[in-house]
Amino acid sequence: MKQYIDTGKKDTRSGFGAGLLEAGRADERVLALTADLKGSLKMDAFAAEFPERFIQCGIAEANMVGVAAGLAVTGKIPFIGSFAEFVTGRVYDQVRQEVAYGHTNVKIASSHAGITLGEDGATHQTMEDIALMRALPEMVVINPCDYNETKAATIAAAKYDGPVYLRFGRPSVPNFTPADKPFVIGKADVMNEGNDVTIFACGHLVWEAIKAAEILEAKGVSAEVINLATIKPLDEKAVIASAGKTRAVVVAEEHNMAGGLGEAVAGVLAANAPTPIVFVNGGDRFGQSGSPAELMTAYGLDAAHVAEAAEKAISKK
Amino acid sequence: MASIQQLKQISTQVRRDIVRMVSAAGSGHPGGSMSSADVLTALYFGEMNHDPATWRRDGAGQDAFILSAGHIAPVYYSVLARAGYFPLSELGTLRKFGSILQGHPSVRKGLKGVFQPSGSLGQGLSAAAGIALGKKLSGDPNRVWVLCGDGESEEGQIWEAGMFAIHHHLDNLVAMTDWNGQQIDGPVAEVAGEGDLKAKWEAWGWRVIVADAHDFEAILKAYEEAKKGLGTGVPTMILWRSDMGHGVDFMAGTHKWHGKAPSAEQCEEALRQLGETPLGDY
Repeated sequence: MKQYIDTGKKDTRSGFGAGLLEAGRADERVLALTADLKGSLKMDAFAAEFPERFIQCGIAEANMVGVAAGLAVTGKIPFIGSFAEFVTGRVYDQVRQEVAYGHTNVKIASSHAGITLGEDGATHQTMEDIALMRALPEMVVINPCDYNETKAATIAAAKYDGPVYLRFGRPSVPNFTPADKPFVIGKADVMNEGNDVTIFACGHLVWEAIKAAEILEAKGVSAEVINLATIKPLDEKAVIASAGKTRAVVVAEEHNMAGGLGEAVAGVLAANAPTPIVFVNGGDRFGQSGSPAELMTAYGLDAAHVAEAAEKAISKK
Repeated sequence: MASIQQLKQISTQVRRDIVRMVSAAGSGHPGGSMSSADVLTALYFGEMNHDPATWRRDGAGQDAFILSAGHIAPVYYSVLARAGYFPLSELGTLRKFGSILQGHPSVRKGLKGVFQPSGSLGQGLSAAAGIALGKKLSGDPNRVWVLCGDGESEEGQIWEAGMFAIHHHLDNLVAMTDWNGQQIDGPVAEVAGEGDLKAKWEAWGWRVIVADAHDFEAILKAYEEAKKGLGTGVPTMILWRSDMGHGVDFMAGTHKWHGKAPSAEQCEEALRQLGETPLGDY
């Protein structure tokens, strides 16, 4: 089994900040907008280097979405950044009309997503944002797994012509994917090949899936781990092929059941290759205050739970 | 630029188009369309720097216009067609399956002249501010226009955008409000309390012009005044004092024609009142 080394914990939002800076250097059309969360979104370096291309919108997310759409109409490539809840649920209709229906080249940079936002509690811990963005026609939805992948995905989003929802998080987590690997939108990434069960995961759950595969290997179970960082468009071929090989599936994500990666994978498999599935997600719940690690365990999202789910999936074959 | 006589003729024809389009579609919003017919006619035939032949969605090298109150699409479509953006014959397809003239403006059906979709209220001023900022960043000296409703101004996002535009010195932005005092459920004053829009926009720091929306001399004067905003660092708001349904006596001054199609008989009567023009019906 392939070994992944944590090269040092980093937050994925800093990967976004680094990617934004690189994308901004490569293309002067790239702009950064925020609703009073420049520091939280790690836009400081971009704002320092390109002060005229950094647009502070104040705490007015609805207006920020519309302004970004207008900027995109004129040929700019605006990234709008805020907390996940405030660039999705709070402004769903604005994103729907101005970005999705208008098909403007706006990139929605969504930080502090999921339960691992931690101490701030449920008002800020959205576990529903993937569902909202997946529901919008043509919206690309990406949830990278670590600093390096978030940086690469940010650069790829800037190059892609069309609306993108880019989701990442606040806590420092293992950084284990190669630093120089380009991100390909819509392409599944096989992290580990295996034969007994496939664990599909996105975001912070990819690392947990890799750790779960190690737990399973010690028990003689061969798990395939596939990173589905692009949730939409889903790499259906890769999903069908791997499920066809292992005939047992786990889908793990830091999101609730409704409308998440789990339902996306289940939909593909139900229509093409019915396969036993066990879901690892937040269920149908709100979050609460706590440390990220505490919450990952309490909500059943850590490696131990993923490994348990894999054994359950195998037992359903 | 068209003369006042010509503008009157065009806007009368636009009103005829509105009545006929909405009547044929069997649904739509004639009231606000009629109240904005004169100011939009004067904008597209007198004030705006635009050219249908070279129009592009990115607005480069031309003025841009956003209809924030997307439900008054009939007036927008008629003015665009009369200005040469698409064949007049398309006007008869309003709200029909496959038409470029969707119930509310869309950018997905190949309709020239439309920069952003609208219909969900309160969003157009933000989009216009974004285009205005984009023009400034690109060194394009042209202006951006946006038309909102007074009922629409109950949406909080309008005021977010107002704050943004002044903070970012968008003096190339001219917003306009069709201040007809009516919305779908009744007079604005009764539904939500419109208050003094002039005082509100002045408090936001904008240049504010109040003008009669049905007097072309006043309209052109207001546009001249708006032009003086360029270089001041301050965006301009024109509050158009208008009558919903203006031009047809039984439609005028009431919210009841906000979103109702005239019957065949009502259409005939409205056309009789408006009178024919040399421009001819579509």
